[in-house]
Amino acid sequence: MPRPVPEVNSSSQADIAFMLLIFFLVTTTMDVDSGISRVLPPPADESTKNEDQDIHQRNILEVLVNRSDKLSVEGRRTDLSQLKDKVKEFFLNPNNDPDLPERREAEIPYYGLTTVSKGVISLMNDRGTSYGMYIKVQNEIARAVNELRNEEAISKFGKPYESLDEDKQRAIKKYLPNAVSEAEPEEIKAE
Amino acid sequence: MSRFKKKKSGGVPAISTSSLPDIIYMLLFFFMVSTTMKESTLLVKVKAPGATEVKKLEKKSLVSYIYVGVPLGAKNQAIFGTEPRIQLNDSYAKVEDIRDFIAAERESMDESDRPFMTTSIKADETVKMGVVVDIKQALRKASALKINYSSRKVTSVLK
Repeated sequence: MPRPVPEVNSSSQADIAFMLLIFFLVTTTMDVDSGISRVLPPPADESTKNEDQDIHQRNILEVLVNRSDKLSVEGRRTDLSQLKDKVKEFFLNPNNDPDLPERREAEIPYYGLTTVSKGVISLMNDRGTSYGMYIKVQNEIARAVNELRNEEAISKFGKPYESLDEDKQRAIKKYLPNAVSEAEPEEIKAE
Repeated sequence: MSRFKKKKSGGVPAISTSSLPDIIYMLLFFFMVSTTMKESTLLVKVKAPGATEVKKLEKKSLVSYIYVGVPLGAKNQAIFGTEPRIQLNDSYAKVEDIRDFIAAERESMDESDRPFMTTSIKADETVKMGVVVDIKQALRKASALKINYSSRKVTSVLK
């Protein structure tokens, strides 16, 4: 008959757990990494430059941030709070204004043959612009595009953009692309 | 009638501590799950700008970080000045070092993950765009095109 094994004293279990807990408490950083994602254009070469010249003046929305963090849209001083609506109007062009972008034909799933705005936002900043202001401008443009996509998703599929499945999101992304082009630094210096 | 004698009154009965380990374990697991180890010690002051349209960065292993800001601490400021500096890994760096940094980061990644590599720019909101533009140009040359401007989630950027 085997001898009965004496019970293991578990009163120090709490201490061990405390030690681990304190270790994780000290090393932990709660902040989740979040931010605005962008894709940079590939390194400049001759072919891309020629393409740029084809873009018609009416298809460009010139957004400029100067060294004292002042914003101008199409050469006119604008407040940051108005930027979102200007961008939305620019991409939608509801009244077919000849000063606002043309539309080109495109084949998009769920839409069939439709037209997509040719508009491109040209974002330019000075080397003296503060990073905070630059992010604010990027944020307002992103907000405008997100709102447009959401409105489109509700009118087309009856659901907000976030709750659509991936295929439908991609279709709307194609229908309302986030077309932001950033100037080459050479051009910035010339200002 | 000692048989019906009431239990000794007065004196609070001891609280059982046998469930204390379980409570501690619960906390422990919470912290273990939610924890992310610091990637590197910050040598520069970074207060990320606020934005409303932020997205969470998925897959931490695919992200490399570039920090930009004023050197932290009086000792560092005496050596490196108070102008914004770039930090790569655990040391100060120049814009020219970014190319090697990206190459090294790409090398350390799995072959199949390399196209999804993202570079997160963690810059202080007071940094001038000149530095950021230089970094972006260096990243383009190194063909690390997916970038993320690290920012805090706020309810509105308009004052």
